[in-house]
Amino acid sequence: MSEEAAALRLEGVRKSFGPVEVLRGVDLDVSEHEVVCLIGASGSGKSTLLRCINLLERINAGRIVLHGEEITHAKNVNTVRRRVGIVFQAFNLFPHMTVLRNVTLAPREVLGKSRAEAEAEATALLDRFGLADRRDEYPDRLSGGQQQRVAIVRALAMRPELMLLDEVTSALDPELVAEVLSVIRELAEAGMTMVIATHEMSFARDTADRVCFLDAGKILEQGPPEEIFTQPREERTRQFLDRVIAAGRL
Amino acid sequence: MFIAIVVFVVVSSAGWPEVQKAFFDRQLFVDSFPEIAHAFLLNIRIFCIAEALILVFALGIAVLRGLPGPVLFPFRLLAVAYTDLFRGIPTILVIYILGFGAPALQLSGVPNSPLFWGVTALVLVYSAYVAEVYRAGIESVHPSQEAAARSLGLSRPKTLRFVIIPQAVRRVIPPLLNDFIGLQKDSALVALIGPIEAFRQSQIDVAATFNYTPYMVTALLFVLLTIPMARLTDWLIARDRRRQSAGGLR
Repeated sequence: MSEEAAALRLEGVRKSFGPVEVLRGVDLDVSEHEVVCLIGASGSGKSTLLRCINLLERINAGRIVLHGEEITHAKNVNTVRRRVGIVFQAFNLFPHMTVLRNVTLAPREVLGKSRAEAEAEATALLDRFGLADRRDEYPDRLSGGQQQRVAIVRALAMRPELMLLDEVTSALDPELVAEVLSVIRELAEAGMTMVIATHEMSFARDTADRVCFLDAGKILEQGPPEEIFTQPREERTRQFLDRVIAAGRL
Repeated sequence: MFIAIVVFVVVSSAGWPEVQKAFFDRQLFVDSFPEIAHAFLLNIRIFCIAEALILVFALGIAVLRGLPGPVLFPFRLLAVAYTDLFRGIPTILVIYILGFGAPALQLSGVPNSPLFWGVTALVLVYSAYVAEVYRAGIESVHPSQEAAARSLGLSRPKTLRFVIIPQAVRRVIPPLLNDFIGLQKDSALVALIGPIEAFRQSQIDVAATFNYTPYMVTALLFVLLTIPMARLTDWLIARDRRRQSAGGLR
């Protein structure tokens, strides 16, 4: 795949925290409109990888290329971050701002949009994800599922080229998971390029174009979901999936 | 009960009639009240001006102290040195040093009035305390809030301004008011370098009458001013507690 064709390309990405090497040479190409799910045990490096792509963590070695432009050592991280949206496991909404203000803050302060323009766009997005009536609420008045949907809308309001979702349903009560996953599914259908770290295997199976199994800081195996989930080549992948099945998550 | 006993012991003591005459002369109380109350207006002016300056100045120190990276180390060091110095020196010494030292320098363009230097001394001392209060507030905001803001492309200054500081300030209002109660009382120390505020005025009255009643007038005025502030602090703490138990974490 040429660099121009890839929305995101990672080459030999390494990241250490002190003596602990969390990422040990990750290579990954993500095409435009592709949905890639990262699966793997806790501590396998999924979250760290996403944070590195967003430059929230600086990598120790390797390259990160976004739409043909190397961003590994980007001088202005803010210009990169406005192109790459990220949603975290814990919702991280700003508790002192209404939903609308949460969503419009970055478009206004980073993109310099007028209040009217930012609010009109935000309202349209909130409406699209069934949150229009929550516009003027503060985050602590919303359910976990609603909060996470607002967090997704907040990232979308920056019109990112790429969305990174870091276990966005892990902190939710089971009955609230579905509403968030359906939002992500809708984004996938709309053609959003996404890299999703998840423990929701059935979601990964249904939505992902490609599934990558991370093990000890490396992508051990990747392929279409039907292949990974039914006939994994690697023993480690099989063990992981067996444990997931035993836990009733697939 | 305890208070009743203390009152009884004091009132029934052998020296009480003398003390009553020296401290609780009703006529003198009424006579000296207007003058002292008028002088008390100066106290109010002193700490109102000082409080406004402290709020801004201390925030600057706290932000300076939180700057990241090795390049900005000198600024952090400066902020640390400042707080160490002005929290270490007794307030009264700072007032003396500035009040008598600074005018003696005969700098042009700098006011020589003891009042100016007294207020400056209070601002310098209390900013060191209030900066620490702010810092505690800034550090109490969860790092995920900063990550969320930065991930949207907000610069660090904008993250501080829109996300961190608004939350930090809300949390530190009660301890902040507590420091300001201390400041109100310490406005009396400015008298020691000349300005005739309430305490100084009562000293003058005492010297003229050989009776301590004017001191009681001053004490009463300070208490009357402090009580509303203390109740406001209590109310804010109680409100915060209610909010936290209702809203949960996040």
